[in-house]
Amino acid sequence: MAELNQVSAADFELLPNDRKRNNETIEKPSLSFAQDAWRRLKKNKGAFISLWVIVVIVAAAFISIPYANTTTTAEQNVMQQNLPPKAPGNLPGFNGKQKVDGERFDAYKRADVKKGEYHIFGTDQFGRDIFKRVLYGTRVSLQVALIAALMDLVFGVTYGMISGWKGGRVDMVMQRIVEIISSVPNLVVFVLLILIMKPGLFSIALGIALTSWTSMSRLIRAEVLSLKEQDFISAAKTLGTSPWKIGLRHLVPNVSSTIIVQLMFTIPSAIFFEALLSFIGIGIPVPMASLGTLLNDGQTAFQFYPYQLVFPALILSALMIAFNLLADGLRDAFDPRTRD
Amino acid sequence: MTEKILEVNDLKINFNTDSGTVQAIRDVYFDLKPGETLALVGESGSGKSVTTRALMGLLAKNARIERGSVQFKGKELIDLPEDEYRDIRGSEIAMIFQDPMTSLDPTMKIGQQIAEPLIKHQKMGKKEAWDKALDMMNLVGIPNAEAHINDYPHQFSGGMRQRIVIAIALIDNPEVLIADEPTTALDVTIQAQILDLMKKIQKEFGTSIIFITHDLGVVAGMADRVAVMYAGQIVEIGTIDEIYGFPQHPYTWGLLNSMPTTQTDRGSLEAIPGTPPDLLNPPVGDAFAARNQYALAIDEKQQPPYFQLSPTHFAATWLLDEQAPEVVPPLTVRQRWAKYQQAHPDASNKHAKPVEASAILAR
Amino acid sequence: MSGMFKYILKRIGIIFLTLIIVISATFFLMKLMPGSPLANAARLSGEQRQLIESQYGLNDPLMVQYWHYLVNALQFNFGHSFQFQDQPVSRLIAQRIGPSIQLGLQALVFGVISGIGLGAAAAVRRNTKTDTTLSILAVLGVSIPSFVFAALAQYFVGLKLGWLPIAGWEGFKFTILPTIALGMAPLATAARFIRTEMVDVMGSDYIELARAKGLSQNEIVWKHTLRNSLIPLVTLIGPMAVNLMTGSVVIEKIFAIPGIGGQFVSSILTNDYPVIMGTTIVYSMMLMVVLLVTDILYGLIDPRIRLAN
Repeated sequence: MAELNQVSAADFELLPNDRKRNNETIEKPSLSFAQDAWRRLKKNKGAFISLWVIVVIVAAAFISIPYANTTTTAEQNVMQQNLPPKAPGNLPGFNGKQKVDGERFDAYKRADVKKGEYHIFGTDQFGRDIFKRVLYGTRVSLQVALIAALMDLVFGVTYGMISGWKGGRVDMVMQRIVEIISSVPNLVVFVLLILIMKPGLFSIALGIALTSWTSMSRLIRAEVLSLKEQDFISAAKTLGTSPWKIGLRHLVPNVSSTIIVQLMFTIPSAIFFEALLSFIGIGIPVPMASLGTLLNDGQTAFQFYPYQLVFPALILSALMIAFNLLADGLRDAFDPRTRD
Repeated sequence: MTEKILEVNDLKINFNTDSGTVQAIRDVYFDLKPGETLALVGESGSGKSVTTRALMGLLAKNARIERGSVQFKGKELIDLPEDEYRDIRGSEIAMIFQDPMTSLDPTMKIGQQIAEPLIKHQKMGKKEAWDKALDMMNLVGIPNAEAHINDYPHQFSGGMRQRIVIAIALIDNPEVLIADEPTTALDVTIQAQILDLMKKIQKEFGTSIIFITHDLGVVAGMADRVAVMYAGQIVEIGTIDEIYGFPQHPYTWGLLNSMPTTQTDRGSLEAIPGTPPDLLNPPVGDAFAARNQYALAIDEKQQPPYFQLSPTHFAATWLLDEQAPEVVPPLTVRQRWAKYQQAHPDASNKHAKPVEASAILAR
Repeated sequence: MSGMFKYILKRIGIIFLTLIIVISATFFLMKLMPGSPLANAARLSGEQRQLIESQYGLNDPLMVQYWHYLVNALQFNFGHSFQFQDQPVSRLIAQRIGPSIQLGLQALVFGVISGIGLGAAAAVRRNTKTDTTLSILAVLGVSIPSFVFAALAQYFVGLKLGWLPIAGWEGFKFTILPTIALGMAPLATAARFIRTEMVDVMGSDYIELARAKGLSQNEIVWKHTLRNSLIPLVTLIGPMAVNLMTGSVVIEKIFAIPGIGGQFVSSILTNDYPVIMGTTIVYSMMLMVVLLVTDILYGLIDPRIRLAN
């Protein structure tokens, strides 16, 4: 107790009782919900890289409209069939060399391609540039996915909100309907729809949305059911706020994170489903192309020209992985339980 | 002096978190004798639960024991190899958890859950272990136990489930029982039943109990001694009579003052203002100073030592220093003092001497 | 047990209702189709056309046609294929359903069992390299479309390495690649689910209590964690079955498997409506049976539900 000796009598004065007891304040800087989620998303390396991968792919797909569109991707050149990938510089795998029957030769020289002309992903059996087709196909796939996600959003959210908010009989009937729809395989729903509608961007997106909105509506319904019991909603109801206003001002903001996360899961599954349909030949009709049709084309020539399958497959997989990782990351970022 | 069963000496535990090191337990000393009940009282976050998790060797992965020792029957528990610890856990030191609704495995028959420690520690056969489990169910007061041994937890009420949790804890006849707020999640009437059961069991088995609670009211009929914890430290420790009748630390005053009793005047129930300090950066001096209406200037500069009032009573507050001004505690506390001093004419807080913290263990 | 029985009856009722809705939807959608199924057969004379139309009942009032269709469909009688004139649709499906069911079940069993193993391994070693590696593999498994995986596996394992047959359906060896390709998605889904679920369970109070009992890590995992994590996995089997059906359509195409998936695709491409309708209804029935079975299974293994009735 040596330090005791150093204290003076003045130290034993009572402190004034009205001194500031300031520890009621919250120490951490207050962040809005979105800022907080963003901060946590940035910490998640996989999700953050995925976000950039998506931004780059989406930007490339949409900026390239003048370069890769229905006209330019349809340009056929019988002289330049099945050229292997070639890029400036002499990179292995991108040097335009090809091996057929054990003989290795420069396919570009043999096809009399002008010097300085490159097809970095090669060409297909009609001599069409695969790079352009991949850009175009990615755009179409993304468009289908985005339209599907949008329809999913509007329909699924509205349905879930009404079902959860109304409760009782309405809810029961609406949930029975969801139950019946979700016990029909989605391929079946899709095929039936595609039979009566002309296949195209919109009808495919509609088919995908028709099969995916149920999970969105279920999630929203569950959230609304629990939100409805909370005091701030009761307060709004007691004050006579109209249901529409409550829905828009109180419910939507509170379910927005669920909506965003679910949308992020809808997009890759829509991309996947579109690719699958196009792959089996009932998706995007020619002359349009999507990643799925490119994969289908590539698969037929895969034995001899593997690059024709590999590039669309890589882009498709990269998109799927990035969207799934981002969705996972967003879900964790929005989940208060994982907050530090 | 009887043999001590448990002695916690200068325990300091930190947690590594993303925002920094949280000093959860700071220099804690206490001990436990056979058959004794010690209550650890404090707000949430005061370090009660961390202390007991440390005794069980069940600290979270990011916890680091900085220093100190925990001796169980003379055996050092800190840094004990996991497999040796497992032999003690559940057999010699057992634990009752706070929420009986979540602390039973929902998919396992309760007979199996009660018998599990026997099968594990005493290498008992299933049949014999289940017979014992049945006896224990009867002992903890589960009506018609035989018919319910094959039931699952969801078939029982909260109170019954807590009896089952107690049965699990007692099945191996442990020497120390740690009860972590065992009645907090229960209805008041059920609370009383569970407390009675624990007292009955203690009488029967001579178990030592560490009873954790934030509710001084629950402690009254239960404990022999009370340690009041605040911000990871024990601020006052003494026998039940000393803490209730002659409390010295302003935080203890606050706790007693916010507890309704039959003598409470209408409207005189007072809450302690403010919230506990952030243990990421514990304040210099007395951690309670910011919320203390009796704070002295020195409280903001230097941590008070323990002042000893009796062989068993210690309080860490500068108010007991000989240079400190005389303060007038809240009315209810003054009433307690008056009553206590009638029964114990020698009781006085004028001559308390500052002592080393380890003096707590030297009783 | 009578509660359970009543519940199953109710579920079968809902299945029946759903089936009627699916059959009705297929019927009316077909009727909405522009032109008659015979529109393309321009070579037919008027007489022939009438004969065929009356043979198929195409001249009856719509509701009569609908009633006949409904009654027949519920008896698995879907009429004759347009493509293969002499073949009843039900026989076409019956001939080809075996490989599809075998492939689907093999993929489900393979995927779920390996998924549980990998998910449990990741959960027990969470926040270690094993966990990270398994998590990355699971994301790849969920993300990479089965047909991309199938095409790559076919090329490398089948063609380049020659370990397994490239295509066809002539014995167990032929089923390995398609099973793995199709089982990737359920594997990854199950692994992710089990990992999350186990990490959740490991943080629960009853696992803390199990630790306080002095049980070892292994005992806790086997006796408490795994069992509690596996029960909710059953609810995932329904959605998995949906994806398996969708996936099998492509996998059957890639590996030239004589299943109903391949037949379904070709019937869509050739507008063979009776086959499309028949396959649609059979697919729906299979899914509903799976959903019913998993529901009953869930009730049987979860004491909380089992004893609720």
